[in-house]
Amino acid sequence: MKKILTCTLLILAMTSCAFGAAFKIGGTGPLTGGAAIYGNAAKNGAEIAVEEINALAGDVTFELRYEDDTHDAEKAVNAYNALKDWGMQVSLGSVTSKPAEATAAENFADRIFALTPSASSAAVTEGKDNVFQMCFVDPNQGSASAQYIAEKGFAKKIAVIWKNDDVYSKGIRDTFVEKAPELGLEVVSETTFADGNDNDFSVQLTEAQTNGAELVFLPMYYQPASLILAQAQAMGYAPKWFGVDGMDGILTMEGFDKALAEGVMLLTPFNADAKDEKTQNFVKKYQEKFGEVPNQFAADGYDCVYAYYQALTQAKASADEDAEALCGKMIEQFTTMTFNGVTGENVKWAANGEVTKDPKGMVIKDGAYVGLD
Amino acid sequence: MIFLNYFISGISLGSIYAIIALGYTMVYGIAKMLNFAHGDVIMVGAYVCFYAVSRYELNPFLGVVLAMIVCTFLGIIVERLAYKPLRQAPSLAVLITAIGMSYFLQNTALLLWSSNPKVFPSIIGRGAFKLFDGKLSVSHITALTITACIVIMIILSLFISKTRLGKAMRACSEDKGAAQLMGINVNATISMTFAIGSGLAAIAGALLCSAYPTLMPTTGALPGIKAFTAAVFGGIGSIPGAFLGGLMLGVIEIFAKAYISSQLSDAVVFAVLIIVLLVKPAGLLGKSIQEKV
Repeated sequence: MKKILTCTLLILAMTSCAFGAAFKIGGTGPLTGGAAIYGNAAKNGAEIAVEEINALAGDVTFELRYEDDTHDAEKAVNAYNALKDWGMQVSLGSVTSKPAEATAAENFADRIFALTPSASSAAVTEGKDNVFQMCFVDPNQGSASAQYIAEKGFAKKIAVIWKNDDVYSKGIRDTFVEKAPELGLEVVSETTFADGNDNDFSVQLTEAQTNGAELVFLPMYYQPASLILAQAQAMGYAPKWFGVDGMDGILTMEGFDKALAEGVMLLTPFNADAKDEKTQNFVKKYQEKFGEVPNQFAADGYDCVYAYYQALTQAKASADEDAEALCGKMIEQFTTMTFNGVTGENVKWAANGEVTKDPKGMVIKDGAYVGLD
Repeated sequence: MIFLNYFISGISLGSIYAIIALGYTMVYGIAKMLNFAHGDVIMVGAYVCFYAVSRYELNPFLGVVLAMIVCTFLGIIVERLAYKPLRQAPSLAVLITAIGMSYFLQNTALLLWSSNPKVFPSIIGRGAFKLFDGKLSVSHITALTITACIVIMIILSLFISKTRLGKAMRACSEDKGAAQLMGINVNATISMTFAIGSGLAAIAGALLCSAYPTLMPTTGALPGIKAFTAAVFGGIGSIPGAFLGGLMLGVIEIFAKAYISSQLSDAVVFAVLIIVLLVKPAGLLGKSIQEKV
């Protein structure tokens, strides 16, 4: 066994020598802390893509490094600097929005191209020509959710519960509330919570219930959402629930009673049940390696590396080039190319770094995500 | 009826603050130090209970007892390692050490149990008592928390006022030097205080997580701060004060959320705290002690 290992390592070393150095690709994300599930998923997804690409031993190979930012802006900048010292040539930005806003400013100042898998706040890309997103920007998630709810006729009266100290939650809520009246949806109750008081949702739920909301929109991460679902059940309130990509992950919480999430709908670009070969291959490898079904963040990380692969190959870039030269090439590629990945077909980027792709509606059924369409 | 519903929500939130505040106030009253790591001992207690109940399928009450034993030892160790060497140091140094201890416990928990939130199994199920044809409901966990608060409050008060050890604690609280001269083992007494406070933290942890079932390494931190506020509100050092302060804080928070603004609820809570402290600087039930010069 040991021999085989050394042999493969040797071969790997030789191949990477033969084709020149690999592109150094780095990113920061919460690998520990409350949002760790996202950071680790994005990192794991990216790792699988890097392994696959390096196994091809083509002209473009990668060396991936992820640093922990614990979902904290200050730590993210430190982590970014560590990556810069390491010699990062292209960047995966940061996984979550708050830290990504901080590192994106550094990316812009240092002229290191960034493609963030999942930092969806509009401020991440705003005013920066070299920062791109793989996920929807928050405002789009809000309006897309409103559109989806209206088109499918899920409900007319809607309550929104959002987290007022979080750019992610606020960004989605803003556009949702703006778009809803145009589509004939009525927001009958709007309540908030913040980090310090995110345990008790009885007031928010009572208000939604007394105002007759048929559907509650939850633009937030899954941890408070799990409390909301549990408390609503204890109250005997059973509206329809609609979440966004942060809801992804609720089923993998240890000890979570999956029955609580039965019927929860969410809008996410990735569906692990999809039958296409690309998705199935990714899901299978992810399960083999990490023992769980990949969520949307893992898929975003995976797609990011492949998007880089496509862009670098098309630009005929070499790993000897410095970050600034690569930055120019990447901007040119990303604004013109079309990418097909596991999170969407015909993915295109606008010059401001925002992505266009179709969101997929999902519903939780018998403890698993199922496509709605 | 909605008003009453909100009131009950407030009481159930407040009862959680109250039970945490009891531990805070007990340690402060005797050792005269703010143990900011209290919230994190709660978290450790909740994790112990979580693993005992959901991994090893122990009876929930045995789980709580086990958590109490672990937390009691943890409390003694923390006191021995971090606070005892600073007995003569200025109180600011001890305060900073306590904050450091809080982070230490959080990060150790992060390494041991990872950051992925876990869903705590309720120790007595998720049922509720229905009143007025089901228009009002009081969850079992709220009833249990309030009962536990009252029982603990009575036992603690009796313990401190009637027993020899309680007398020694009061003596240490008034004047450590004089207490030592009277033959009281000050170190042992303070260790005992921490042991009791930490044992209470384990109960609070199990009740907190039964009411609000997500468990993470940071679970104890914010309720800890709120409970500290509640203890100050009621008069820090006073045991009935912690109970009253906790309940009032919970009710004010819920009413502020419901009738003023869910965005401003914390601002309202702290504004009330400031007003109370301006009118009664020692808190609602606190005794203002004149320093003799």
